[in-house]
This record gives sequence, C-alpha cells and structure tokens, in this order.
Amino acid sequence: MAMTDVAHDAVDYVRPAEVAEEALYHPKTWLGKYVFSQDAKIIALQYSMTAMAVGLIALLLSVLMRLQLGFPGVFSFITPDAYIQFVTMHGMIMVIYLLTALFLGGFGNYLIPLMVGARDMVFPYVNMVSYWVYLFAVLLLLASFFVPGGPTGSGWTLYPPQTILPGTPGADWGILLMLISLAFFVIGFTMGGLNYVVTVLQARTRGMSLMRLPLTVWGIFMATILALLAFPALLVSAVMMTLDSVLGTSFFMPAIVSMGQTLDYSGGSPVLFQHLFWFFGHPEVYIVALPAFGIVSELISVHARKNIFGYRLMVWAIVVIGGLSFVVWAHHMYVSGMNPYFGFFFATTTLIIAVPTAIKVYNWVLTLWRGNIRLTVPMLFAIAFVFTFINGGLTGIFLGNVIVDIPLSDTYFVVAHFHMVMAVSPVLAVFGAVYHWYPKITGRMLNETLGKFHFWVTFVGLYCIYYPMHYLGILGVPRRYYATGVTDFIPESAQVMNAGISIAAIIVASTQLVFLYNLAVSTTRGKPAGDNPWGATTLEWQTATTPPSHGNFGKELPLVYRWAYDYSVPGAKEDFIPQNVPASGDTGDAR
Amino acid sequence: MALAIILVLLVVGSVLFHFLSPWYLTPIASNWNYIDDTLTITFIVCGIVFVAINFFMAYCVYRYRYRKDRRAAYEPENKRMEWWLTVFTTVGVIAMLAPGLFVWAKYVEVPDNARLVEAVGQQWKWSYRYPGADGILGTVDIRHMDGRNPFGMNPDDPNGQDDVLVNGPEIHLPLGSPIKMLLRSKDVLHDFYVPQIRAKMDLVPGMITYFWFTPTRAGRYDVLCAELCGTGHYTMRSHMVLEEESAFNAWLATQPTFADTQAVKVASAGGSLAEQGRQVAESQGCIGCHSIDGSPSVGPTWKGLAGRTETLADGSTVVVDDEYLMESISVPNASIVAGYPPIMPPYQLDEGEMAALIAYLNSL
Amino acid sequence: MSLRRQLSTKPWLAQRGVVTDAGGFVGSTPKVTLGAFLCVASMVFALFIAAYFIRMTYADWRPIPVPALLWLNTVVLIGSSMALQWAAVSSRREHSDGMRLGLTLGGGCALVFLVGQWLAWRQLSGLGYFIDSNPSNAFFYTLTAVHGLHLLGGLGAWVRALVRVRQGVEIARLRMTLELCAIYWHFLLLVWLVLFGLLLVT
Ligand code: HEM
Ligand SMILES: [Cu+2]
Ligand SMILES: [Cu+2]
Repeated sequence: MAMTDVAHDAVDYVRPAEVAEEALYHPKTWLGKYVFSQDAKIIALQYSMTAMAVGLIALLLSVLMRLQLGFPGVFSFITPDAYIQFVTMHGMIMVIYLLTALFLGGFGNYLIPLMVGARDMVFPYVNMVSYWVYLFAVLLLLASFFVPGGPTGSGWTLYPPQTILPGTPGADWGILLMLISLAFFVIGFTMGGLNYVVTVLQARTRGMSLMRLPLTVWGIFMATILALLAFPALLVSAVMMTLDSVLGTSFFMPAIVSMGQTLDYSGGSPVLFQHLFWFFGHPEVYIVALPAFGIVSELISVHARKNIFGYRLMVWAIVVIGGLSFVVWAHHMYVSGMNPYFGFFFATTTLIIAVPTAIKVYNWVLTLWRGNIRLTVPMLFAIAFVFTFINGGLTGIFLGNVIVDIPLSDTYFVVAHFHMVMAVSPVLAVFGAVYHWYPKITGRMLNETLGKFHFWVTFVGLYCIYYPMHYLGILGVPRRYYATGVTDFIPESAQVMNAGISIAAIIVASTQLVFLYNLAVSTTRGKPAGDNPWGATTLEWQTATTPPSHGNFGKELPLVYRWAYDYSVPGAKEDFIPQNVPASGDTGDAR
Repeated sequence: MALAIILVLLVVGSVLFHFLSPWYLTPIASNWNYIDDTLTITFIVCGIVFVAINFFMAYCVYRYRYRKDRRAAYEPENKRMEWWLTVFTTVGVIAMLAPGLFVWAKYVEVPDNARLVEAVGQQWKWSYRYPGADGILGTVDIRHMDGRNPFGMNPDDPNGQDDVLVNGPEIHLPLGSPIKMLLRSKDVLHDFYVPQIRAKMDLVPGMITYFWFTPTRAGRYDVLCAELCGTGHYTMRSHMVLEEESAFNAWLATQPTFADTQAVKVASAGGSLAEQGRQVAESQGCIGCHSIDGSPSVGPTWKGLAGRTETLADGSTVVVDDEYLMESISVPNASIVAGYPPIMPPYQLDEGEMAALIAYLNSL
Repeated sequence: MSLRRQLSTKPWLAQRGVVTDAGGFVGSTPKVTLGAFLCVASMVFALFIAAYFIRMTYADWRPIPVPALLWLNTVVLIGSSMALQWAAVSSRREHSDGMRLGLTLGGGCALVFLVGQWLAWRQLSGLGYFIDSNPSNAFFYTLTAVHGLHLLGGLGAWVRALVRVRQGVEIARLRMTLELCAIYWHFLLLVWLVLFGLLLVT
C-alpha cells in the first residue's frame, strides 16, 4: 500500500483531484501497468472485456434457446433441462455479469475520474481488487457448466423451493456455485461502488459543482448508490438460501412432499425470498437503466450540438427515479400470492415512476428539437435507444397496472417488455457509448461504414425480434417453456412468428461479430481521432494526450468554468465551449 | 433522412401489426372482460403516446439535420412547456391507473356466494378437490400425504370425508356462478393458468392462495402452469371443462369422495392384483401422463407396453420386462425413451404396490 | 450551500465563467467512505432484521433461549468500543501511551467478545438448539455470524494499525485510522445492541 500513501494516509487529507501528477504511483513493470494496474482506465478496460466475453456466452445461449423455440425438436441436444439452464444462465449473465459490470465497472471506471476532473479513483488499490474479485465471481459462475448436474436451471429469479430441489437441474452443485458467485460479485462490486460514489462526492476538480456534472456522471453515480443499497438484499437472500440448501434451515422452505418424499423442511416462506429478491431486482433494472439514461443524454446533446433540454429536471428525475425504485418492488409479485391489497400500493407507486421517466424522454426529444443534428453512429444508437425505450417504457405501464398484469404476467409479453427496456435499450446505449468514446480510449475512430451496418441490423433486427413477441404474450404463451406443444389457444401461425423471431435473432447475434471486428481492427487501422473529434465540452475530451495517460490531465488539473452543455451558445465563436474554458470575448459569456 | 423514414416506418408497421396480425387475446370465457377493457384503454393511451412522440422525433431528425451554416437554438429549459408535459403525463397515467385499481378492487373482493374448488399442484401435474355435499373442504396436511392419500386429507376430519377428489386430468365447473379457486402446492411454486379466464395465481407450498371468476362460456380449455417449476414445467397440463350446471353435477357424481378412495383401499385387498394396480396407478396420478388406450400423451402409452421393444434416447433398444418397468418407476431418468422428455418424477412404492402395478401394466 | 440549494441552481446562469468551489461534500474522504460503507452494512443488517420479523409471524417459530453469557459479551463489546474511543481521543491529544493502551485493549476485548460468542454457540448447540431445529435458531446463528464476520474484518484493520504503532509511525498519521476504527466499532456495538435487544424481546 506504500505506493498509494499520498492518497490515503496523509493527515491533512489531499483530495485526489489535487494530487500532483508526480505524486501518483506510476508502475514500472508491464505487469503492474496492464495486469495488476491501479489505473481506473485500465481497470475499466479489464471490466469491459471480461463483461463482453461473458456477454458473448450469454448471447450464444440465447441463440440456442431461439433455435429450440423457433424449430422445436430439430436440435435434439437441447433437452428440456438444458433449455431452462440456458434461460437461467443467459438471464443472470446478461443482467448482472454483463450489463451491471459494464456500466459501472467499465464505463464508471473510465468516465468518472475523467469527467469530474480527477487523476484517478479515490482508492486505486481497492479499485483493482474489485476487478479481481469480479473476475473470480465470473469464473465461479462459468465453472458451474462443468460440475455434475450442470448450472442451475431455476430461472434468473432463483425462486425457492424449486431452486434447491430435485426436478430442477443443477439443484445441488450448480445453484451453490451461482449463489457463491453472486456473493463474490456483490463484495467486489461494493469495493468498486464505494470508490465511484466517493470519487464523485469528494474528488471533483475545482469548479465542478454538482450541477456542472455531466449527466453521464449523474446516471452512473445514482446507479451506483442504488446498487450499493440494493445488492445487500441479494447477498442476504443468497446467504439464507445457501443455509437452507446446505445446513437444512427453513428460512424459505415450507413443508414439502417432493417427488413422493416428505422433506425435512417446515414453515418457511417462499414469498419472503421473492420480497428480498425483488427488493434487489427492481432497483437492478434502474442500475442498468440510469447509466444508459446518462450516456444517452450526453450523446444526444453532443451530436445535436445543443444543450440538453431541462438539465435540472433531468438530474431531479434521476434522483427521484432512484428513490422511488425502492418502493415498487412488489409489482413483480402481483400473482405471487402475497396479500392482494398490496396491489393498490405498488401499482400506484409504479405508475408514479412513469412521470419522471416520461419527462426524461420528452427532454431527449426536445433536445433534438431545434438542434443541429449530426447523424453520427453514436447518435444513431442514441436515437434508437429513445425509440426502443419509449416502447419498453409504455409496455411497463401495462405490467405495472396490477389488473392488466394479471393476464400478462409470466407470458412472453413480460419477456418482450423487459428485453425492450433492459436488454435492447441499454445495449443500444452501450454501443452508442462505445462508438462515442472509443476515439478517446484508443486515439482512433471506429470504421463508420461498418458502424452503420452494425447499427441498422442491430436496431431494426432487435425491434423485429421483440415487437411481435409481445403479441405471443397477449395470446397467452407462457414464458420459460421448452415447447408450447399443442394448445387450444395458440394458433399454428404463432410458430411461424417464432421461427421468424429466431432467424432475426441469429442475424442480429452474428452481426455482433462485425462490431467485434471493427473494435479490433480500428485499434491500429482506424482514422486518427485527435483529442476531441466530436467537439464535445466535457473534461475527458480536454486531456493533454489521447489516450489519456495515467493521471489523466498531465501537470495541471483542469479548472471548470461552466456547465457541461454549452453548445451553440449565442455570441460564441465555436458551437461548443469546453468546461475548462474561462469567459472571454469568444465565449459569449458577457450577456 | 434514412433514420427519419425508418422511424416512421417502424411506428406505422407496429400499428398495422397490432390491427392486422392474427395474434391477439384469445376469446374470453369468464367475467373478467373488465380486464380486457382496461387493457384496451392502456393500449389506446400508450399507442397515442408512442405514435406522437416518435413521429415528433422523426420530424426533428429530418427537420433539424446537420447544416454547417446553422446553429442549434440555445434553450436550457422552458418551465411552461415542462409543466404542461408533466400535467399531461400525470393525467394520462391517472386515466390508466384509476380504472385499473377499480377493477382490481373487484378482483380482490371474492363474492360471498362463490363456490370453493381447490386445485393442487405438484411436479408436474394437477389434481382437484371439491367440497362435497356439506360445502366445506376438509383440512389437509403435508404429513398425511402418501400413495394412498395423495391430497394429504386429514382422515379424522368429518368435513373431509365427502370431499370429491379428482386425481385425473380434468376440472369441470358450472357456468354462471362465481368460483373461488383455492390453490395449494405440494412441492414448488406453480401457477394455475387458463388463458381464457384471464385471472391467474401462483400456488405456493406452505400457504393457500386464491382467485375468483365466473365461468361464462362453455367449452374445454387448457390449464397450464405459468410459474417455472422445473424440468417438466412446460408439460404440466390439464383441462378445464366449463358446462351447464346439470352436466356438471352429473360429472361430479361420478367422481370418488375421499371416503370412497379410502374404502376402496380396504376392499381392494380382495380384488385381483391387476385391479389393485389400476387403483394404484389412479391414486398416484400416473394416468395424468400415460394413456391406456394407445393415444399419445406426455409419456409413452401403456397399451401393449409389456414386451414392446423401446428405443432409448441414447439410441440403444430395450425389451420391456418387469425389471425395466420397475426401474422406470423408481428411477425414471435411468433410461429415457427416445422422443420423450426426462420429466417423470421417481416414485417410492412399497413392494405390494409395485407388484400390483406391474401386474396391471402386464395386463394392458 | 445546502444540498437543496445546490441542486436548484441553474448551472447555465450561475457564476458562468467562474471557478466556483466544488467543495468536498461532507467532511474528510476516509470518513465519507466509511460512512458510505456503513450504509451498505446497515442495509445488510436491516434486511436480515426485516426477514426476521416476517419469518417470526409464521406458526413454527419457537423463541430461542438467550444464554446469560451474551450479557457478559455485551459488556465486553461496550468495553472494546470505549477503549478504541479512548485510543482515538488520545491520538488527537497526542498521548501516545493512552493510544497504545486503548488500541490494544479495544482489539483484545473484541477478540474476547468473539470467543464469548463462540462459547454461546457451543452452549446452545449443547442444549440441542441447532441451526436447523427452528427458524429462530437459524436466525440467531446467522445474525451472530454475520455480525462476528464484520467484527473480524474490523480486527483486520486493527492489526494493521497495531503494526504501524509498533513500527513507531508518528502519532499524527495514525489519527485518522484510529478514528475510523472507533467509528466502526461503535457501529458494530450499535448493531449488536439492536440484535441483542431483538433476541431478548422476541
Ligand atoms: C440477441 C439478444 C437476445 C436474445 C435473442 C434473447 C433471447 C432470450 C430468450 C429466448 C429468453 C428465454 C425466454 C423464455 O423461455 O422465457 C431470454 C430470457 C431472458 N433474457 Fe434475453 N435475449 C437477448 C438479450 C438479452 C440481454 C441483453 C439481456 C440483459 C438484460 C437479457 C435478459 C434476459 C433475462 C433476464 C431473461 C429471463 C431469464 C429467466 O426467465 O430466468 N437478454 N432471452
Ligand atoms: Cu420492477
Ligand atoms: Cu408447475
């Protein structure tokens, strides 16, 4: 720890933002620089690459599921057990190990210090450990593919009693690995998360008041707070479930006759688990959504050359949504057998969230209005995000309104809805963000033609996958079904739709290879980007070098003179004024 | 430009898809058309918002596309517009929520005159119980459950003796009177789901959940399980027959009461071994998945099973003898017949029951 | 500026072109960090306690007898907390003897507390109250274990502080560490009092 003493132990604590560059620990060895690095930017890349690697596995699993659903019986290696194992691992990986890790560990690490004008995270060492713990959690999770019985097949919600009983694949080893892996994820995340929060609170450079923060930082900051407060619920339920499974306690396990045998459990409450799970699970939705909100606000403003409309409302909406997201969890439990009178409360709180959320959407669109819109690849993704998010947000109103949820819950309507809001939309935001910040990370632009191809196939393809899927749900097709078989309410034509969806899914999935190719090739062959290719105002574009070196800003930290959205200021010379530019004849500040 | 066009096309396409595609709610068979109405209101409000915002966005993308000689407007906020939008959104939300809560209030208030019917779930089959002439369901407990008493009926409870037990694949209900479905699970979560009824509810082991509805349209509908319950989740089926009161009563009269099932047990000691086996098969619910007339079902038919040569999932073949039968009952997943999912739960039977069952299977 | 005032400024107008003081948020960074961590830890305990209250309402709950030893452990933990407070105060006043003594005593008492907790477990399981015999037992063992693990984590920091005291690091540089330790100990004492009260009352 000696190398970070400057940042930690001095009596009169020096804010890391103000640590002089020479005082930073600069590793001398290759290993210290690229593997066991304490530089938030390297850690960010490690997080991102690991997350994308597991994400690819999860994508592959989804293709396998789609093969089964689109062409039932054709691929005989996909057994009913394998199918629900795929469903479970796909869901869990996508939500936790890909999106949460990517948005917070990846984008959070890269962007927070740069955007608030700090040299690094406040606790670089802890930050590094956080990544390694995350990696360990990922490996544990993947190990469950190789243990006897395979990974757990209990659905990503892990509802007991089914999770730990025979009749569900992976009920002995798979589930344990899953629970332990989740516990490690939470621990690793807590280390990182404390860092992100404290860095935003304490390490902002001079002049960077809270309301001068870019919305990206606001989104990630609030999402981190949600995660810090929500993940404990996952941890607590994982601990209690592990005890139920290993030591035979009855936290969640009632008296049960399983497969003709009376088990030793008694009196526990499966619904208690659901409350704990969704107390984590609903905020989790916003852990994924808020960073996407922030990033999209940024992209839209930069590429429309216009200040974000209603900045204050955007910030307040993020805060309000974050707060409300802790009092809506039981909207996932309308049919769980909980006291039905809760329905009134949770339907109301849920629909209240619709208001700040709608305001965000209006403000994105109103930012475009009277803008000067450059349809760059990041901008295409940002607009596509708004489109799919409107769609997914509106179907959320169906499911939040308790009585409308009753026929739809546990059907494909739910699958379509949550993919639209928490899969398609955030993934589009991720792509937009990668196209936007790649030039800063590597110093080179991504290939635009490949980018556009990637965009069109991904956006239109994903919409074609999920829009029709809602109607399967309205028909009444239940989710997590290996095969629907013959029923009296599903017309045969539904299978045609299913096959079509599967083909679209395969096309979309394979197009991601183009994206990966683009990422790889452009590191060396991309057009040199310069320091600020998009003409953006925020601090990460004002670094001395591109890519930024360790310490981010060279000798002097930037001073912040203005908010993050001075685009097209009347009277100013350029159509953007970086945050670190003081008032002068060129900035139109005299007004 | 391309983006604006595609956005418009996607919106128009979505709306057309909604109206023109053959996929929508299946015709309703219960009193819950209120639910359908609320759904329709939600569709209208949300549809308008969806079209309006996206058209506006497409317009902006087209109208304010990049031009070198133009500058974007500088407008950090516009309080009045923001207020209007907030008020407008709030009104829209109330328009959807208020009717929804109103219907929900109906949904949670079970009418006093509702008839009780119980659905019992287990991996992966349904069974049903009616209260019998006294209108009261007898008490049950997990501890009473065994092969003879799959419902876990309390043998000492007089209210339970006349309960009608349906351990088969069908539930019948009379049209026109409210039904309170009581839901109980032996093992894991399930969810009693009939799309035509609209209402659904989880079965939670350790507690009794419920919902109510009034059947309105005669017919035979699928019962499915809508809460993931393990490997065989997707095969957990049954049928709901909605019919006139008289037909219903006639059907109910043919079903055994709890007392009947217990009496049969005692008497059966005298019956032939195969006959006893038939009763075991019935009480264990085997016939939920296996037909005895050769018709296809979840599992292989029992007709002509003994002596048949089966192809297993791993490609090998096996001639069905007593030993194979016994193994298939106590460790079903040891060998799986090709084409069938490995979803049969293992059964612990005592020797007498096993022998009777084998004799019965050999007789088919 | 109050948080509310800050959040309602119009950033495009307020002090445009001027470096306003962004300001730390509240107090020193290590304390803010510890505060944030304590929020997370409180959440863990709060959720366990919420689960406790819900689970308690089910029919099979039989309260677990509270071993008298826990009273003694409570006293020891209070002592531990006080000793660390003393160490922190001494370091502020540059009293190195008081600091050493307080630190040693504080950690020592914490160790005694952990041993005491373990003995209480032994007593209970000796009487046949195993973790799987009743949900109240399960909660007792789980909650004490989670609390103990937090204390163990604190002892990690304590060992580090002790080593540095031995190495003769200047007292001024230890002040923050000691203060953090003391705060963390007070927090764990508070949690323990809540848990203990819960056991006594229910
Ligand atoms: C091409 C992309 C994707 C495809 C084709 C896809 C497809 C699927 C399919 C077929 C299912 C199973 C539905 C069922 O049987 O009920 C599923 C479930 C799920 N997916 Fe995706 N998915 C994709 C991307 C994502 C992403 C990016 C996320 C991240 C949030 C995600 C989250 C989930 C979740 C949470 C489940 C539910 C798992 C469960 O029921 O336990 N998916 N997906
Ligand atoms: Cu939710
Ligand atoms: Cu089921």
